[in-house]
Amino acid sequence: MTVDHRTSALLLFSTFVAVTLGITTWVSRHRHGSAEEFYAGGRLFSPMENGFAIAGDYMSAASFLGISGLIALVGYDGMLYSVGFLVAWLLVLFLVAELVRNCGRFTLADVVAARMRERPVRIAAGTSSVTVSVLYLVAQMVGAGSLVALLLGGTGEAVRAWTVIGVGVLMVIYVSLGGMRATTWIQIVKAVLLLGGTIALTVLVLLRFHGDIDRLLRTAAERSGHGEAFLAPGLAYGGDWTARFDFISLGLALVLGTAGLPHILSRFYTVPTARAARRSVVWAIGLIGGFYLMTIVLGFGAAALIGPDAVRASDASGNTAVPLLALDLGGGAGSTGGTILFAIVAAVAFATILAVVAGITLASSASVAHDLYASLRRRSGEPRSEVAVARVAAVGIGLLAIVLGLLVRDLNVAFLVGLAFAVAASANLPVLLYSLFWRGFTTRGAVWAVYGGLVPAVVLVLLSPVVSGSPASLFPGVDFQLFPLQNPGLVSIPLGFLAGWLGTVTSTEVPDEARHAEAEVRSLTGAGAV
Amino acid sequence: MQPSNSGDVRYDDPWYDALASGWGESADTGVPPARRGNGAAAAADVYLEVQRSAAFQEVRSRYRRFVVPAVVVFFAWYVAYVVTATTAPELMARPVAGAVNLGMLAGLGQFLTTFLFTWAYVRHARLRRDRAALELRWDTQELARGRGGAS
Repeated sequence: MTVDHRTSALLLFSTFVAVTLGITTWVSRHRHGSAEEFYAGGRLFSPMENGFAIAGDYMSAASFLGISGLIALVGYDGMLYSVGFLVAWLLVLFLVAELVRNCGRFTLADVVAARMRERPVRIAAGTSSVTVSVLYLVAQMVGAGSLVALLLGGTGEAVRAWTVIGVGVLMVIYVSLGGMRATTWIQIVKAVLLLGGTIALTVLVLLRFHGDIDRLLRTAAERSGHGEAFLAPGLAYGGDWTARFDFISLGLALVLGTAGLPHILSRFYTVPTARAARRSVVWAIGLIGGFYLMTIVLGFGAAALIGPDAVRASDASGNTAVPLLALDLGGGAGSTGGTILFAIVAAVAFATILAVVAGITLASSASVAHDLYASLRRRSGEPRSEVAVARVAAVGIGLLAIVLGLLVRDLNVAFLVGLAFAVAASANLPVLLYSLFWRGFTTRGAVWAVYGGLVPAVVLVLLSPVVSGSPASLFPGVDFQLFPLQNPGLVSIPLGFLAGWLGTVTSTEVPDEARHAEAEVRSLTGAGAV
Repeated sequence: MQPSNSGDVRYDDPWYDALASGWGESADTGVPPARRGNGAAAAADVYLEVQRSAAFQEVRSRYRRFVVPAVVVFFAWYVAYVVTATTAPELMARPVAGAVNLGMLAGLGQFLTTFLFTWAYVRHARLRRDRAALELRWDTQELARGRGGAS
């Protein structure tokens, strides 16, 4: 990779940063500082805008570069991610989006606390939301560090460290100055850029094969050296039974976790009604579905045109497959077309990371200020001061993420994304579904459901091979590995549901009929919704 | 309680009507609405009344009759796909046409069914649920306002 790539990529990075900072300033011109505006952007986005923003919030660099790279390396097994990430949205559409919009105001805890004793429930749901967000955030930031280092050709420590710091500072600026309105517009811009870039590359791949998908697949299979096996499951997860159960566990976490991600839930509050929330999910499903279909083409395209060996040589986990593909499609290294396409892909990946981390930072600052702070210090809970707390919380979370990101920047943190989904599915989803659909659900049930999913998920990861006991773990030197799977979902998700049920049946609290009636009527009709 | 038609004039652009008042505004005090004094207690009764009404139960059962089977079907189909892919890769590798095998078709089938489910849900909600739910919304709010609880 020559200096030309880097200069043009850096130029595009800077343009994107300038544009997003411009958006942030423009949006915060006349802000009122109300909680409605800071957390929910005034609730006046249209379904289409929100659909693009949801897509922008959800499609991370891990999808754009990671899934395509995985397909380029292991073929079919990478495709399973694309499927899981999309199918998850049916759960969101059917059970979550509209009801959450009708019942809550800003966070997950709003929905649960409506029927329960507020304090313990808010503290529990707030804690798990912040945990999920921080895990996801650190994964994205470390990803950004290695990505920028990789794309710019420099693998130096300094580049990574400064990228982590830079991304952290930028996301804090977006969130604390611009709130939800700036975050949403950044996500919309990013979604358009990402989809545009993906469509362009997909069209170029298909043109290269004259639209003959069969030939594309055959070439990929031949080039991979695995033949037909490349197009069937089993290359990555077909080993022993541990690997297979691991994949099933990951598959469950992906499909059930999306509905519990705090930064996705908070997006439903940015539209005026439940019907608008539904329509934004439909937009999002269309955009996300199209995007993941294209990542499959890009993955097999990279396998066919670059070859898995060349991809692996550039980066062992396949993250550079798409940039290399862009270079090739544009005419190869040194050509103008290749340089331009490469720079575009690099800038799009960078934009993707910035938009995703901004969304997560906002959601977790809302959890800190609206749930944790408001429950722990009730007296000073007037809206203006809550927004001030949220801005400070965004700075605090940014600092925490920078420090954690710097500490673990050399480690392979890919598991953190899977873990964030697993924690969301184990701690947030059970409590959310129970409080929306179970008449007899009680406060103790809610608190147990959250901790009963959160604690096992985190503990199982600490005891898993990702932390210790294998050469690839965080601490390869020690061995306290007791749990064989890398992803805890298979065990911790049922435990979360079980704990919620157990807490409810053992509590002496009589469920409040009137508040259940209120929650149910509100959730299905929208009466009294803000 | 049957829904009255008193709110008909508002149906032109109901979703963008003035933001409803009520529960949410006072929610940050954390006091459950039922314990906020007499007016609020009356408002809580409104919700119980609406919940027991035939109109609401019809909306709720229409919603559940669609989503419960739909969730069961899509989740079973997805789990079956993941489990088959991991436990019986040789079945997934069976060629269908050219380089396309059963696994490819199953994966693309997941995309297709997701789009179809989305379409079916939206259509069902629009045709069978939206209008009735909206009438209930206005009726509930009118009732609550009438009793001085939530206005």
